[in-house]
Amino acid sequence: MITKRIIPCLDVKDGRVVKGVNFQGLSDVSSPIELGKYYSECGADELVFYDITASAEGRALFTDILKEVASTIFIPLTVGGGINTLEDFDRVLKCGADKVSVNSGAIRNPALIKEAAQKYGDQCVVLSADVKRVDGVFRVFAKGGRENTGMEAIEWIKRCVADGAGEVVLNSIDTDGVKGGFDLPMLEAVSNAVNVPVIASGGAGCAEDFVKLFKALPKVDAGLAASIFHFGEVKIADLKQLLKENEINVRF
Amino acid sequence: MIGIIDYGVGNLFSLRSSFKAIGEEAFVSGDPKELSKADRLILPGVGAFGDAAAKLKESGLDQFVIEQAKAGKPLMGICLGMQMLFEKSYEYGEHEGLGLLPGAVVGMEGKLPAELKIPHIGWNALKFHQADCPLFEGIQEGDHVYFVHSFYAEGVGDSLAASTEYGKTLTAAVAKGNVFGCQFHPEKSGKVGLAILKAFCEVKL
Repeated sequence: MITKRIIPCLDVKDGRVVKGVNFQGLSDVSSPIELGKYYSECGADELVFYDITASAEGRALFTDILKEVASTIFIPLTVGGGINTLEDFDRVLKCGADKVSVNSGAIRNPALIKEAAQKYGDQCVVLSADVKRVDGVFRVFAKGGRENTGMEAIEWIKRCVADGAGEVVLNSIDTDGVKGGFDLPMLEAVSNAVNVPVIASGGAGCAEDFVKLFKALPKVDAGLAASIFHFGEVKIADLKQLLKENEINVRF
Repeated sequence: MIGIIDYGVGNLFSLRSSFKAIGEEAFVSGDPKELSKADRLILPGVGAFGDAAAKLKESGLDQFVIEQAKAGKPLMGICLGMQMLFEKSYEYGEHEGLGLLPGAVVGMEGKLPAELKIPHIGWNALKFHQADCPLFEGIQEGDHVYFVHSFYAEGVGDSLAASTEYGKTLTAAVAKGNVFGCQFHPEKSGKVGLAILKAFCEVKL
């Protein structure tokens, strides 16, 4: 059977990995190329590169770097950030991305997912949703979690999947950065509502959080995290060993 | 030298990079004259079968691939490229394949337990059916490779080289003489995938 996936996420700004990276043995700790290679070699099942650049120059630089990363890692690569049009899909796919993740772009232009899925296939389109509880209701947030769109999250996610999103990354704003574990109630609601892979994001503070995630919610396919991997608090090889000991199917 | 057949479907960037990473020379071309100079051929492909088969035919590359394979040149189909090696596909209609291997491509829809998602996406383990298949020279049974597909080949007979379990047994790799195929993406399957590509480059016939 298919394994649960462990996915490090790298935020790239103006060609450099940001969000404090602290690794020993790498000559350049904020080089997306070196980090990508490091993760690919230490057993990550997939990589996510998120472009948080605001400027056009930064975006062009990101595209160049992406090409280099894609030519040195041989695991699936998802790219997100600044994806607003089909041309953006085309730009990153030509650089070697396998999947493209859309967030605010789909909120601004709800036809984007459908058009991209028709052109590139469902498996290529990933919906990334930033969700937060407001008065007890799951709401979709835009602009990196700063703006409440007012949309109810489960309906929004279901609609995007019906339009062709082949995978959902669910970022819980409520648990993000808290390091107290993934947002299990929110993940349960989403994974019961859709029949495409759901990737948990936001809240992982230690390796046990991944065990709790996959034990409690067997329907969740993958766990994504950034800083705990970057800071070496959780090493992917150790994490997979722990998952295996807990009878969770992983790849070595 | 490896010739990667370009007939206008799919992104060949990762495949080309993979051969580079294992120190093998590879070129991408849609010209039979150029491709005939290659020692080995890769038939890639993503997307829909009908569309891809039509494109291969339009470019005249279908006959070229059949001739080269029949002349004994090692050929490996990847993903949709593997599916095209068979006689038929029932992906949205009925389409003729290259007929190099026995078997037909059918959908997973309705054939898997309801809780399993389609497409079959992710890392899954290989079970070997041909112990001496040259593709598996550098890997072990149980190694994981990366799959993305909603259709699979059945009725492949003794050309079945490896399978994987996803609610049912799915064809993962095929091999018969000089003709090989992988349903998974070796170019996205980490070290295991690169070892399979390397083994293909070293197949002796």
